[in-house]
Amino acid sequence: MHAISYAAPTTVADAVSILAEHGANARMLAGGTDLIVQVREKLRDTTVFVDAKHIPDLMQLSVNADGSATLGAAVPCHQIYGDDAFAGQYPALVDACQIIGSTGIQGRASVGGNLCNSGPAGDTIPPLIVHGAVANIAGANGERTVAVEDFCTGPSQNVLGADELLVSLTLPKPAAGSGSHYLRFIPRNEMDIAEVGAGASVTLDGDTISAARVSIGAVAPTPLFVAEAGEALIGQTAGEAAYEVAANIAREAATPINDMRGTIAHRKHLSFVLTQRALRGAVARARGMEVGHGH
Amino acid sequence: MAGANATYKVIGTRPVRHDGVDKVTGRAIYGVDAHMPGMLWGAVLRSPHAHARILSIDATRAEALEGVHAVMTAADLPDPGTGLAEGHESGLQSMRYKSAGLMARDKVLFEGHPVAAVAATNKHLAEQALELIDVDYERLPVVLDVREAMQPDAPLLLDDLHTGDLFTIGGSDATGGPSNIASRTTYEEGDIGAGFAAADRVFEGEYTLSMVHQGYIEPHNALAHWSADGHLRVECSSQGQFGIRRELADHLQWPISKITVQPLEIGGGFGGKTTIYLEPLAAVLSRKSGRPVKLTMSRSEILRGTGPASGGYVQVKIGVTHEGQITAVRAKVALEAGAFPGSHVNITCLCALGCFKLDNFRIDGFDVLVNKPSSHAYRAPGGPQGGFAVDSLVDEICSEMGFDPLAFRALNASEEGDLRANGTRLNRVGNREVIDAARASDHWRSPLGSAPGRKRGRGVASAFWINATGMSTAVAQLNADGTVTLHEGSVDIGGTRTSVAMQAAETLGIPVEDVDPIVPDTDSIAHTHVTGGSRVTFATGWAAIEAARDLRQRMVNGLADHWDVSSNSVVVEGGLFRQNGDTVSFKEAARILDGDELRLVGSATVLPQGVGNAFAVHIADVDVDPETGKVDVVRYTAVQDAGTAIYPPYVEGQMEGGVAQGIGWALTEEYVFDDEGRMRNVSLLDYRMPTTLDVPMIETIIVEVPNPEHPYGVRGVGEIPIVPPLAAIANAIADATGVRIRHLPASPPRVQAAIAARQAVHPTAWRRRAPLA
Ligand SMILES: Cc1cc2nc3c(=O)[nH]c(=O)nc-3n(C[C@H](O)[C@H](O)[C@H](O)COP(=O)(O)OP(=O)(O)OC[C@H]3O[C@@H](n4cnc5c(N)ncnc54)[C@H](O)[C@@H]3O)c2cc1C
Repeated sequence: MHAISYAAPTTVADAVSILAEHGANARMLAGGTDLIVQVREKLRDTTVFVDAKHIPDLMQLSVNADGSATLGAAVPCHQIYGDDAFAGQYPALVDACQIIGSTGIQGRASVGGNLCNSGPAGDTIPPLIVHGAVANIAGANGERTVAVEDFCTGPSQNVLGADELLVSLTLPKPAAGSGSHYLRFIPRNEMDIAEVGAGASVTLDGDTISAARVSIGAVAPTPLFVAEAGEALIGQTAGEAAYEVAANIAREAATPINDMRGTIAHRKHLSFVLTQRALRGAVARARGMEVGHGH
Repeated sequence: MAGANATYKVIGTRPVRHDGVDKVTGRAIYGVDAHMPGMLWGAVLRSPHAHARILSIDATRAEALEGVHAVMTAADLPDPGTGLAEGHESGLQSMRYKSAGLMARDKVLFEGHPVAAVAATNKHLAEQALELIDVDYERLPVVLDVREAMQPDAPLLLDDLHTGDLFTIGGSDATGGPSNIASRTTYEEGDIGAGFAAADRVFEGEYTLSMVHQGYIEPHNALAHWSADGHLRVECSSQGQFGIRRELADHLQWPISKITVQPLEIGGGFGGKTTIYLEPLAAVLSRKSGRPVKLTMSRSEILRGTGPASGGYVQVKIGVTHEGQITAVRAKVALEAGAFPGSHVNITCLCALGCFKLDNFRIDGFDVLVNKPSSHAYRAPGGPQGGFAVDSLVDEICSEMGFDPLAFRALNASEEGDLRANGTRLNRVGNREVIDAARASDHWRSPLGSAPGRKRGRGVASAFWINATGMSTAVAQLNADGTVTLHEGSVDIGGTRTSVAMQAAETLGIPVEDVDPIVPDTDSIAHTHVTGGSRVTFATGWAAIEAARDLRQRMVNGLADHWDVSSNSVVVEGGLFRQNGDTVSFKEAARILDGDELRLVGSATVLPQGVGNAFAVHIADVDVDPETGKVDVVRYTAVQDAGTAIYPPYVEGQMEGGVAQGIGWALTEEYVFDDEGRMRNVSLLDYRMPTTLDVPMIETIIVEVPNPEHPYGVRGVGEIPIVPPLAAIANAIADATGVRIRHLPASPPRVQAAIAARQAVHPTAWRRRAPLA
């Protein structure tokens, strides 16, 4: 049994100084849907909880004048899919926000928390990667940015120092003719953790793919940015033949493990299947068609 | 269809349940809500190893922690001796094994096996104290698979256990050296050699199942107060206050007259709360500390440390003629007992073949120890394992030989007068009526339909279930206002307060709203057997009928005195008492008899014979995603003979609940162990019970073939609906994809791998048979 303390700073600077003072004992608290569960299950012995939700920079959500968007680290999922301007630009991220946990969880859970928790199966991370998102980090030594695909370094590990926090994510403006999609595979129909997740974004020039990004989750120590899969699509006609090529690359890139949530063989296979499905969905959206978010 | 039955006024109606408002408004007091002034919180130290010898336990550091009031180990429990004790539900058990299951003595036999417990001023301190108990283990090799555990050179769990030590039904009893096979059951009739010789085709299959948990939402709990005068009071939720009291008396060697058990509302049991885990530990901690002590389990403790249903291995062989007549069945079943003897394999043997009229059969069951939690009852214990195997093979026969699976079942259906496995004969049962109702159902007659990108299939399975009886007590007290307070000895899990009260109301001719059912503590009513075996509406209902008849007769006698006539001339009609020209209502009678000491209480303790066996047929439609292996149940119909549906919504609720649990067993639920016997998925995130989105609307068809032995025709209804879903779903998968799933759960990796393997051989053939119906 140990005492805990709670701090509610209102500026990034104050938060940084609290983190710097307490080191590894302190952690940022966004929605708490990971952190509080982990502390209760004795997976972390955090003693200082630094609330992110009173810092305006961490709560902002805006589409900027240049068409890019800023997503504060502690903005909860429901606010993201409730914001039409933002949601319209980043449908893959919206797909993820709508399948995390349940409606109740989505009222608290943040994308920043999902990223900083750095689980290999974190549902928002492949979408952030395919959207080309960049993490804005502040710490005792000032600010820095890191591309999301470089943010996670291992299961529950990332580039943040003990005195650093994630302030926000910057998402570039999608090019005209773009579409994106994220989906995951779970054995049940809700309340489950991805056995595999796959996200894709594409930009179409007529029927030709001019840009594409693919990312898969839960098949390696970190969510994977499969750059070669996207590159292989460039210049190809959008269609099954092209998707199969990219999906095969994704399957090869996957290095999953056997555990209670799935087998190596099944996860490799799903990396293929879900990449195809993500690409189909992304292309459909690029063509202005409706695609349901889903598993 | 069940509905208001013309001959009954109360039975078959749908009143508001007596406990409903308290439960939906959160006012009901459940086990975990119990609290006492001065109460301490306990916590249990559990083994991290699945098999190890305990070399030493040193609790000095824990005892020294400020706020810790008591620490206990198995040394604080009385020596259990060498006798046998009656198990709560599953026959005689060695008291020594039972005691060692509660808290390990010299060996731990599964991960999660309790080794010590503490009581402290709060829960956090208690948990902290656990970390200060030093236990020295010598690890031993583990055995996790029944077939391996049956090998002569397998690691032994109990060095002194010989096959048949406890009981062996049928067959001879070759007790060589110590063995992990705790007992064997054999049922045999006719001549299987001749039967198979008469067959035109013989089919065989091997099936395996994983261990699964009952998944009740409320955790186990116990609040014990051992007072200075030596009286032990325990408040907890369980499936039977009298069973808890007896087990406390056995474990603590304390007189039952000095133990009171107060049953609190229970948040699900499904068989898993017919036994005890925490109560004796809380009692010992209370005696040591002089304070009330409360213990509850976390979900991971529940999964690791309580009794799930056995997984295991089943082998079946069936001979059939070209016309579809079964000529012989041979089956072998080995079920995981877990750490101590007591799987329900004997019941598997009794029930697995019950749907069929068989002249020649032999079924052998083996109760096999493995380093997993000690298995316990789970809804129709032993039923689903056998049902999955037999009904999968029956379906394979039908699809291979081109029989309609329901016509095949009708052709081979067992009926009144036919032998049951144990040599007794069936009474009037509804097997045929259930099959006929399934064939006439909208589901069976509807086309299968399809979904884009999915393979759809339809499967059926049937089940026989024995149902149980046992002693029950009811006491009906007449109140001056004409209402009746009905004390029922049975803990109410499935709504039995109301289904029992309805039988009393029917008997007395009064509205069920005028009956107030109460479930009292062990001091306030006579013995009543556990709530389990689908017995309460049958047996406690019967007790309530007898108590009501007793009360009614006393009222007749009282009114006869009042009118100064003989009792014989008082006629009871519905709720009216008549004599010559005089008629009084039940309420008027109550007023007249107010203060009449002989007329106010009717009571009965019964041990009814004439249990009505249950039959069911289920129909499942599934969609299989052939690319991922995911299976969704898209339509489901359960047909069941309820005897008489006393309260139809409860019957429907039991059917739906059984199906939901069966879907979990079929598709997603399983204990996942690593090679060392440590359970990997100890949370409800990874132990995957179905959510609302995984269960379709379930159509229920209640068939009523009254049990001729029961006054109102009741059969048990609660357990059988978990039996057919396993095979019905596996059969639907086979219909959809051509792939036979012989290991449950049919999880996506397994289904996808099986589909891929089949596609490698038959790239285009999806279905094996023409669509049904
Ligand atoms: C019932 C349930 C269902 C769930 N379902 C899913 C699911 O389907 N998919 C999924 O991916 N996840 C799921 N989760 C996990 C969790 O909800 C998500 O990861 C969520 O996005 C975490 O966000 P949060 O705001 O609650 O983070 P928190 O728990 O507050 O924080 C998570 C971690 O990030 C750190 N952190 C938070 N903000 C910052 C910051 N600004 N700077 C630095 N570090 C920070 C915290 O210290 C902590 O270590 C589920 C959780 C529950 C309880």
